[in-house]
Amino acid sequence: MKINDFSILIGGEAGQGSRKAGLIIAKIFNQLGYRVLIYDDYQSLIKGGHSFSLIRVSAKETLSHCQKIDFLLALDKKTITAHQKQLNQEGIIIFNQDRVENSQGIGIAAETIVKECQGSPIMANTALIAGFIKILGIEWNVLEQVLRREIKKEIEKNLKIAKKAFESNQVFFKMKKLKNAQQLLLTGNEAVALGGARAGLEIYYAYPMTPATGILHYLAEHSEDLNVCVSQLENEIAIINAAIGSAYAGKRSMVGTSGGGFALMVEALSLAVQTEEPIVIIESQRPGPASGVPTYQAQGDLLFSLSAGHGDIVKFVVAPGDAEQTFYWTAKAMNLSWQYQTPVIVLIDKELSESTFSFNPQTIKIEKEEAVLWGGKGEYKRYLDTLNGISPLAFPGGKAIVKATSYEHDEQGIAVEEADLIKKMQEKRKRKFQLMQKEADKALAVNVLGKAKTALVCFGSVRGVVKEIAQKLGLKMIQPVLLQPFPEKQMKKALQGVEKIICVENNASGQLAKLLSAYGIKADEKVLKYDGRPFFQEELEEEIKRIVYGKHRNKLS
Amino acid sequence: MENIETNCPNTWCPGCGNFGVLAAIKKAIDSLSAQGIKKENIVLVSDIGCGSKLADYLNLNSFDSLHGRSLATAAGIVLANPELKVIVSIGDGGALDEGIAHLIHSAKRNSNLTVLMHNNRLFALTAGQFTAVSPKGLKGKSTPEGAPEEPINPLALMLDAKASFIARGYSLRPEHLASLIEKAVQHQGFSFIEILQPCVSFFNTIQFYNERVYEIEEEKSKEEARKLIEEWDYNGNGKIPLGVFYSEQREIYERINKTIKGKESDWEKCWSAHR
Repeated sequence: MKINDFSILIGGEAGQGSRKAGLIIAKIFNQLGYRVLIYDDYQSLIKGGHSFSLIRVSAKETLSHCQKIDFLLALDKKTITAHQKQLNQEGIIIFNQDRVENSQGIGIAAETIVKECQGSPIMANTALIAGFIKILGIEWNVLEQVLRREIKKEIEKNLKIAKKAFESNQVFFKMKKLKNAQQLLLTGNEAVALGGARAGLEIYYAYPMTPATGILHYLAEHSEDLNVCVSQLENEIAIINAAIGSAYAGKRSMVGTSGGGFALMVEALSLAVQTEEPIVIIESQRPGPASGVPTYQAQGDLLFSLSAGHGDIVKFVVAPGDAEQTFYWTAKAMNLSWQYQTPVIVLIDKELSESTFSFNPQTIKIEKEEAVLWGGKGEYKRYLDTLNGISPLAFPGGKAIVKATSYEHDEQGIAVEEADLIKKMQEKRKRKFQLMQKEADKALAVNVLGKAKTALVCFGSVRGVVKEIAQKLGLKMIQPVLLQPFPEKQMKKALQGVEKIICVENNASGQLAKLLSAYGIKADEKVLKYDGRPFFQEELEEEIKRIVYGKHRNKLS
Repeated sequence: MENIETNCPNTWCPGCGNFGVLAAIKKAIDSLSAQGIKKENIVLVSDIGCGSKLADYLNLNSFDSLHGRSLATAAGIVLANPELKVIVSIGDGGALDEGIAHLIHSAKRNSNLTVLMHNNRLFALTAGQFTAVSPKGLKGKSTPEGAPEEPINPLALMLDAKASFIARGYSLRPEHLASLIEKAVQHQGFSFIEILQPCVSFFNTIQFYNERVYEIEEEKSKEEARKLIEEWDYNGNGKIPLGVFYSEQREIYERINKTIKGKESDWEKCWSAHR
């Protein structure tokens, strides 16, 4: 077993707390200086079923999930039957022996210990964690410190259970503390919330929808810390229209949803373009069509989000690829929306929203940037016909009379039907769209790694696994982050010298490849995964090798 | 009286009920400014339809929103800045067809808004189709044989949805209507005024209303309010009372907005939860 890079799978029924247990284990490794990445797999139900967390632990950057696991931690029997086949040859099963009979591995009398300490059934996971930590040879005080921070209810009882399980197990490994600086652990949803707050988010509106609901929960919990007002309204149509209203009144506003909720918002998306109100929309994709598979992964809303909105409109669409990028681009989205008075869509997905990433806030340089404001002289015109198409902002309650409207309008904001006035305002917006296109030519819109002639091209959360495989196989990786306006110049520059383009996407139709084709860029191959799961390292590696090297895989070894 | 009209040409039909509403709003605003409410702090949010053109005609802060969504836009404006006096101008189609969920929930939340529902009991700007409040049998271009549905009683709906101020006015009694608007804007919480407004082009109800309306003097208990509200069945039966039927004091939704100007975020506290 590679002690510097391994995977742990902890599973049980919904309600047994395997997700929390996975996070506690990840935080213990984080304390020791390891980088971690957690994938949470759960079903759309409340009790029963089967949930698991897959935790990759590494001394280096963790970029992808592995199918093969080194430790299988089973709170129930199903976890063993479902995942035993993924276990590496030297892998170890550690199980709740009060529920599971298993001949192999190490049993922990989790429920017996809980009973002896008069604990509640969910505390069995505390016993399992503590036994596992002992087996790994990690010190008690590291475990205690993390448990004290993570468990808010009945901590003393939990510690008693942990101590008993810790003492009744033996040390099999010697997991070292690394010299790496400790990082933070964030889900993509948490990165969205914090990134928005970094750029001055003031009101977050939402209607619950998986996988974006975590943003709502996080901001509600940290409402006072971040000085953000959180409002849950009757439906997605209400929240986006309310966010537009709040922007009109001068407050930085954001909404979050998934594909279905976003579909409901589309009429108002067009309204935000027409009224030139700045709003940020978080669209966390899950498999469609329709209700699809609520708690699973897909990237099937790319083309929809690019084309959404009736009329001639351009908005920003950005697709970050990990928690750090999500923090940066959500903050950037907020800044862009106010600078250009436009809606910005941050396109993420289940894998990004709900997976947990190692995160270093020091590497992210972004602050709130101000919008162009009215100077207060003369008569205020909300839609002043400026050279660059951006009209200075003023808000009701001040000196100006501010008139916004969904109708085509004159500079003052009064509805018009005259041909020349319609054309004039269309052209004002067109000049603004051109300015937005220039933003796409600036740095950072496309991430590039390596110089090889074969390029793996991807967007969003697929970036992690693609980067790992590109590094491993010596290929080029290209990740456009800004997808509208499309950074055509940067993309073509990134593709210089590339002879083979392989698009890697978590959807069924190759939507990024279709987008690229609109700019004359042809994907030679498409690797598509559309079973609701993210790409796992092994399967992508195998597929890329098949494409790049054909059947002669020996070439690689 | 200060002139608060814009130069935008008025396109309502001659004799339109909206002229009475416009006069009442102007009078109410005049009176409210005399009481110290600044014009700059008033925002008129309008929906879609003839009545929504008010936003173009009045030199006030305004947001002319989408059909049925003006209530949601208004909710966002007042949550962002609770100092503003937000007045929604919406038709019966916008409030009771396209946007009925927003109407019910704004009332339930007790958002600090004033809703003026121009009730001409049909879609007029699209040339005459039935709405949720059209009388059964109304002949329109989409129902040449007559509308098959029973009308909703919007005031009964508002009472059930916990609206904290419920009134009815009539566009041909602008003085009375102005006093209702003034009270509604002064009310802390969600105020709803149904404005009976004849559409002279597609559904001329002037004579119908003139024969039936009467003014009530004072506010009522919830039980009495319900009786008055149900006196007219929105078809042809019953007298039609006008006035404030019900009001109560209840905490407004905007109290949840705890964001404080200039307060620094506690980043350290947030980051520490992620270690």
